[in-house]
Amino acid sequence: MERIPILKMGDFLIVTIQVDMHDRLALALQDDLTTKISATNAKGVLIDISSLEIVDSFIGRMLSNISGMARILDAQTVLTGMQPAVAITLVELGLSLPGIRTALNVERGMSLLRASLAESDDATSEDDVDASHEM
Amino acid sequence: MSDTQLHDLISRHEVDLQAEWAKAITSAGSAREDLMKPEELRLQCSDLLRRLRQALKHGGTHDLTGPEWKEVREMLVGVSRTRASQGFTPSETANFVFSLKEPLFQRLRSELSAKPAQLAEETWSASTLIDKMGLLTMETFQQAREDVIRRQQEAMLELSTPVVKLWDGILALPLIGTLDSARTQVVMESLLQRVVAEGTVVVILDITGVPTVDTLVAQHLLKTVTAARLMGTDCIISGIRPQIAQTIVHLGVDLTSVITKASLADAFKIALARRNLMVVKRTAAVAAPVPAGV
Amino acid sequence: MPLTKCETLAIRAEADVVLVRQAVRKLAIEQGFGLVEQTKIVTAASEIARNTLDYGGGGEAVLECHTDGIRKGLRLVFSDQGPGIKDIGQAMRDGFTTGGGLGHGLGGAKRLVEEFDIVSAPGSGTRVTLVRWK
Repeated sequence: MERIPILKMGDFLIVTIQVDMHDRLALALQDDLTTKISATNAKGVLIDISSLEIVDSFIGRMLSNISGMARILDAQTVLTGMQPAVAITLVELGLSLPGIRTALNVERGMSLLRASLAESDDATSEDDVDASHEM
Repeated sequence: MSDTQLHDLISRHEVDLQAEWAKAITSAGSAREDLMKPEELRLQCSDLLRRLRQALKHGGTHDLTGPEWKEVREMLVGVSRTRASQGFTPSETANFVFSLKEPLFQRLRSELSAKPAQLAEETWSASTLIDKMGLLTMETFQQAREDVIRRQQEAMLELSTPVVKLWDGILALPLIGTLDSARTQVVMESLLQRVVAEGTVVVILDITGVPTVDTLVAQHLLKTVTAARLMGTDCIISGIRPQIAQTIVHLGVDLTSVITKASLADAFKIALARRNLMVVKRTAAVAAPVPAGV
Repeated sequence: MPLTKCETLAIRAEADVVLVRQAVRKLAIEQGFGLVEQTKIVTAASEIARNTLDYGGGGEAVLECHTDGIRKGLRLVFSDQGPGIKDIGQAMRDGFTTGGGLGHGLGGAKRLVEEFDIVSAPGSGTRVTLVRWK
């Protein structure tokens, strides 16, 4: 069966969703990601949806679930690259995906993840955190 | 064979008809010499009359949608559009066509005075033809007006929603005037497009120029903030006047998830802080000018 | 409201929901919808198509292009012969779900279109009509 590939990069897992997902594919991604987070002991998950043309309530729920499950497995999730039209539609649909961290692009998303990792590693070095927050 | 009849009549008296027509327009008070020169009007009359004659010569029907009426249609559409944009009133524009009735009917009367039955028939046929032409003119006029209104609305929307870049990664949107659903839609779209294009970190929505904030406006603002957040950009709402703060609380709108500031300056300061930038005062000890934020 | 184009798609499997989305997107582009308008109608179609499949046990989608004067629009009719909805008012409310969604399907889809109509009764299937004008 068709799967969305998950890439590992250091402590992070990276997923770019580039196909119009049917529901089972979305659920498979949710399964694969949680399995992989615990298998690789990943600290962060970055999901890039810049090529997604729609996010409906099902995919929205899947994204929320992944974020929630990752949190329980001690990994941060960042959602990157949501298109303006998709964001406007999601808001109108009534989904604001609370609790999911977002970033404009993959680059920003990665630095957000690195920042939160540094934060949990060393809660005192706040200056470093802020510095790595910026590109 | 009424077409031939009408066609012959026009070709025999073309020059006279044209002058009488222009005169009829003027006497109806529809010439608007302030907007259009008399020569231009006469030119339009002669041009349309020529096209009408040709259409009558080729065409067997008075169906204006037919191919033989193409020339006439084009002329009427053109005349009507120009008049709409020049500021002619609808009746002045309609009178341009309807004024042809008077001279045309006079000619018919003098030619067919001996044959009352034919006269009635010809007059009726000519009258319906001119009515059709007049209707086409009005329809185009209306459309042209609607186009003008739509363009103005679009221009106003664009004017009223300038997205301003305050600093690298910081955008501001000073909102002025009433926010309705249509406008919020445009505001949201243009703002979020810019956010992507500029790689914006912080957006400031300044509502100093928004006269009232009701539940709907507050909801629109919240939607914009939420959409921006979904894309990964922070939003600050600034310019909240005391009365507006009161209304927002009274309406029970929850803005706790949004950073709000009283003035645009305060919001800008926060935005700079987010970018790890600050504004410092230049001291005499500093020889070279230091750009803020470096 | 003259009909200018009409196509019918079966909704029997999950992949069909994706096909409906793609077909609606194509028609929305043909009708000259802007990007946000396209996204809204496609998202609404996706929500309802999923309902047709999950709750109605499959059915069909009729996608129609209409013109009304200078306005152009899309009318989408989703119908199934499933068990139907007992309390439509309750089903429309945000947060209500008998399935696995967030419960934003029906109510959310309604907010994404200009005209929304639902006809359903227990045992006689469900018919949802969505209309959005350019």
